[in-house]
Amino acid sequence: MANKIIECHELSKHFGDFKAVDQITFDVKEGEIFGFLGANGAGKTTAMRILCGLSYPTSGEASVAGFNVYKQQEKIKKHIGYMSQKFSLYDNLTILENIEFYGGVYGVSREEIKKRSNELVATLGLEKEAKKLVGSLPLGWKQKLAFSVAIFHRPKIVFLDEPTGGVDPITRRQFWDMIYQAAEDGITVFVTTHYMDEAEYCNRITVMVDGRVEALDSPARLKESFHTHSMDEVFYQLARKAKRSSD
Amino acid sequence: MSDVQVNSLTKTFEKGSIQAVNDVSFSVEKGELFGLIGPDGAGKTTLFRMLTTLLLPDSGSATVNGMDIVKDYREIRRRVGYMPGKFSLYQDLTIEENLHFFATVFNTTIEENYNLIKDIYVQIEPFKKRRAGKLSGGMKQKLALCCALIHKPTVLFLDEPTTGVDVVSRKEFWDMLKSLKQQGITILVSTPYMDEANLCDRIALIQNGEIMSINTPENIVKSFPNTLYAAKAKNIYLLLKRLEADEEVESCYAFGEYLHFTVKTDGNENDLLNAIAERHPLDELELKKIKPTIEDAFIRLMHENTIKVTADGE
Amino acid sequence: MKQLFVFIRKEFYHVFRDRRTLLILFGLPVVQIVLFGFALSSEVKNIGITIFDQAHDLNSEQIVDRIKTSEYFILKESVNNYSEIEDRFQEGRVKCALVFPPNFGADLYRTGQAQVQIIADAADPNTAKILETYLSAIIGQYQHELNPNVKIPYQIVPTVRQLYNEEQNGSLSFIPGVIALIFMIVSTALTSVAVVREKEMGTMEILLVSPFNPIMVLIAKAIPYLVLSLIDFIIVLLLSAYLLDVEIKGSLLLLFGESILFIITCLSLGLLVSSVTESQQAAMLFSMMAMMLPTLLLTGFIFPLENMPKIFQVISNIIPSKYYYIIVKAVMLKGLGFEYVWKETLVLLGMTTFLLGLALKKFKIRLA
Repeated sequence: MANKIIECHELSKHFGDFKAVDQITFDVKEGEIFGFLGANGAGKTTAMRILCGLSYPTSGEASVAGFNVYKQQEKIKKHIGYMSQKFSLYDNLTILENIEFYGGVYGVSREEIKKRSNELVATLGLEKEAKKLVGSLPLGWKQKLAFSVAIFHRPKIVFLDEPTGGVDPITRRQFWDMIYQAAEDGITVFVTTHYMDEAEYCNRITVMVDGRVEALDSPARLKESFHTHSMDEVFYQLARKAKRSSD
Repeated sequence: MSDVQVNSLTKTFEKGSIQAVNDVSFSVEKGELFGLIGPDGAGKTTLFRMLTTLLLPDSGSATVNGMDIVKDYREIRRRVGYMPGKFSLYQDLTIEENLHFFATVFNTTIEENYNLIKDIYVQIEPFKKRRAGKLSGGMKQKLALCCALIHKPTVLFLDEPTTGVDVVSRKEFWDMLKSLKQQGITILVSTPYMDEANLCDRIALIQNGEIMSINTPENIVKSFPNTLYAAKAKNIYLLLKRLEADEEVESCYAFGEYLHFTVKTDGNENDLLNAIAERHPLDELELKKIKPTIEDAFIRLMHENTIKVTADGE
Repeated sequence: MKQLFVFIRKEFYHVFRDRRTLLILFGLPVVQIVLFGFALSSEVKNIGITIFDQAHDLNSEQIVDRIKTSEYFILKESVNNYSEIEDRFQEGRVKCALVFPPNFGADLYRTGQAQVQIIADAADPNTAKILETYLSAIIGQYQHELNPNVKIPYQIVPTVRQLYNEEQNGSLSFIPGVIALIFMIVSTALTSVAVVREKEMGTMEILLVSPFNPIMVLIAKAIPYLVLSLIDFIIVLLLSAYLLDVEIKGSLLLLFGESILFIITCLSLGLLVSSVTESQQAAMLFSMMAMMLPTLLLTGFIFPLENMPKIFQVISNIIPSKYYYIIVKAVMLKGLGFEYVWKETLVLLGMTTFLLGLALKKFKIRLA
């Protein structure tokens, strides 16, 4: 049995009376691709913020990469990678400068940055563009680059917040190729998405409804238990039960 | 007479260095629900902005309701409804105040066209004193649609109304569009979600500022030139790698829980699949013939275009 | 017409629902007046003073004794001529000097009247004014004690001379400056931000794709801020009159007329800024740098223009607030009529017409 890299036990986050995250319990195994689904306002973002060490939970226990979300936020941040749909690189820096900057932030040594960034640029086939400003790249390339940068410091786990929103179908698949590659290299992937076909690519998924985890299993078993052939339908059945709607 | 007629419309930015819309032509009939399907950066928003008179084309022409988008911009502005991609209402005004404001700006009253928005408005009416900034994504979208409809437009332009909205709200939204269509409003809607294409009467697949195909969703799927197969195995990533490397396989990509692939030389379905099963004896291997979807067609067209572009370049 | 009304009402909703805007609108004038009015004229103590005593008689020495014991002054080394006074001023050791004429005591007894001269360093005009008052009070007190029962009292008449800034720029003249500054903030900065916010929010797109005339969008944006500027103007006038006891000498009607003209100048500038910027921050920064800073520095409001390098004096001629500043100072503080400010009014009118025309021309009826 693989090690648990994320453990959540009855984790809650309240904003006043509002239970954004309501006693969620789940764990993520090392090397797993873990899908985190839910309608808008179901509490995905709030939960992810806690796990990334960006906000404190109200109650419950959770650890990420072995570090406590209350006391060791700084250590968590060091051992995770993060990328969001809102493109997270600097448009007015070149590709290499962006890599250099993020590598530096995470304390990767100079020689190592140099070596790895050359590799990275070669794998992405961006040799010609390496010295161009990131702002001039098409969206799909930017997203792939942002992902590569997010795992540049070889984190134990990478959090992806709707990484493929609005990206064309081919690039979307290339992106998932990269996710698989990262998973093979032992990086745990924690991903949210609105594309239900992408949910199928995950080893296991959770569906959050109204701040609670309403389902947690492999896509195949979820479909089985909901007596349907599509993830879309599973999600729809779950999300329709939602009573609250808030962003 | 077509409600929207687009002839070779072209638009570039940054002094011509960025080709946003390239020689696009199509027409939309009265009462039609027309979808522009394509990823971000395909040129959908630029196209909509030209048709709603917000941007001037570099070349080409277009008419809306028979009126020219450059010359008759005032008249067009009086008639069309537009819902931009970003939520574009006043966050610090309540639902009621927003609706009243836009009704007045469009020289009408809520009462006058209430029947048009009634079905949508009743869903958000209980919260009419709430400020728009405090609404959920789905409710904002409904309010935005009400505001775009309040002056009874002849043509409605909806730019990515369902982006970033969850499945439940997306379904609801398309239901609303269907009932609007029944009231005779011509609707142009853009979306990056391929699965929404089937809900339109006709669609244009757009990529890199160019239209790759225009037809009904059924015909686009029908025109898929090859037989499409689906494959699945316990280790699907390994299967993907092996099929990609297979000489006989023309293209292969992940598609939900299955992989979709086509072969270079179509033949007898059973022989073909047996041969593949023999070459790749993986655990829990499953192979079958399937019907293509819009997304399959889109991927196919994108590949063809890349090949064309590379060929042109050389 | 109804559209315009609804639009303007919407603008007021925006203003009254945003705490930050409200704070700027109504907090700022009060803070500025109080800050400039009191902070600049706070109590003055332990100021260096020098004496140029040409009389050296009993009376002059008695007065010097009193100054010595006063908590306000520190007596520095005496001087023997006027040029030495100037030297001390330049060294910064003293802020004022008291000069007794050769026959001070004799004059006082013989004619019943004697003169002393107070010289104050008016580079800091507020302090100078206060020092002058303190010294006059000390002399007045002495004079009172000298002849409690005499019918026709001996009189010591202080004549005051202020060095470096003889026109007294800055004592109360900060008020016109504050007014100009507030108009800049409300009419230029807030207006430009209000327009750019619609661009940022995407609502501008919808407004443009509506039958509403684009120019009306500008007018609808401008009117609320014109009204709010005038309210601020009234607040400043009331605060000046009742809190700082400033007498408004000239015609109120003229003052309002000129102010409306200047508000329109500021509004035009704000609309111009909004048409060349795309984000609220940019609009704010641009208004600050390009509009407010010159108002602060180049209108003579804080630093006397005459003391500035020539190049700045030339540049100051193209800054609208300079003219408004001159006009308000003349009308409000000196009580002069239109015949004295028509030239400045004309310049301001010309600038406004130009800016407003430019703003209207630059306003885009499309997105790009």
